[in-house]
Amino acid sequence: MKKSWWKILGLLLVAASIVAGFLGPVPALFLLHETIRNVYFHVPMWSVMFTLYLISVIYSIRYLNSARVNDDLIAVEAVNTGIVFCIIGLVTGMQWANITWGDPWPNDPKTNGSAIATLMYLAYLVLRNALEEEQKRAKISAIYNIFAFPIMIVLMYIMPKMTDSLHPGSGGNSTFGDLDMDNQMRLVFYTAVIGWILLGIWICTLRYRVRLLENKRNLID
Amino acid sequence: MTVFAQNNIEMATGLRSSGKIYVVVLVVLTIFVVLGIFLFMLDRRIKKLEK
Repeated sequence: MKKSWWKILGLLLVAASIVAGFLGPVPALFLLHETIRNVYFHVPMWSVMFTLYLISVIYSIRYLNSARVNDDLIAVEAVNTGIVFCIIGLVTGMQWANITWGDPWPNDPKTNGSAIATLMYLAYLVLRNALEEEQKRAKISAIYNIFAFPIMIVLMYIMPKMTDSLHPGSGGNSTFGDLDMDNQMRLVFYTAVIGWILLGIWICTLRYRVRLLENKRNLID
Repeated sequence: MTVFAQNNIEMATGLRSSGKIYVVVLVVLTIFVVLGIFLFMLDRRIKKLEK
């Protein structure tokens, strides 16, 4: 129980953000109405994805230095878990965009960028499956991962800021921070982000531990 | 613009004042807590396998 305090913390933070996210005060805005509350639920999915991809690239670099199989396994499972959160982010974004922007896929640079980034990480998983030899697979996919990560950042975070994206904070659009004068939304938002990141890392460690067990069994067989 | 935003935008205040939004919060929270317990059970099963 001592080691699982952060798992409980993650659950508590997200639970708190659900209660405060539904019931807390939000500014009344044109077009957005109550959907501004989606910022507590849709955006943290991307934060989790980003954190997991960051963990993945760190362990890919570590693998290239250490050649330890476990480092490679953490890198894969972080991407596996990150992609799930990315898909949840895309789907929730489409549901919201359909109502607010009038189109589930309005060819927004950020939306398109995240779709391309998703494909890039799916290609990472396909690449791994295509390589038979374990060491070669780990090495090539680690190098691929190191290239994929900065491209993901450019596609999802830099390019949309430079063009006219419909997303907040891009092309002169205001972020909720500009509208939320008393910083009440900010508090709930960061609670949600930290909580979800902890949960994402937890799910990732579960996958990693299962992968370790599978590896052990394969070695015995 | 800000005056417009504060006065005319329809928000779910009516729903909340009638108290029924709490039902939805309760439902979402229940789903989330059950998922959390489920994750903990999964964690324990993996821990057993590791031993």
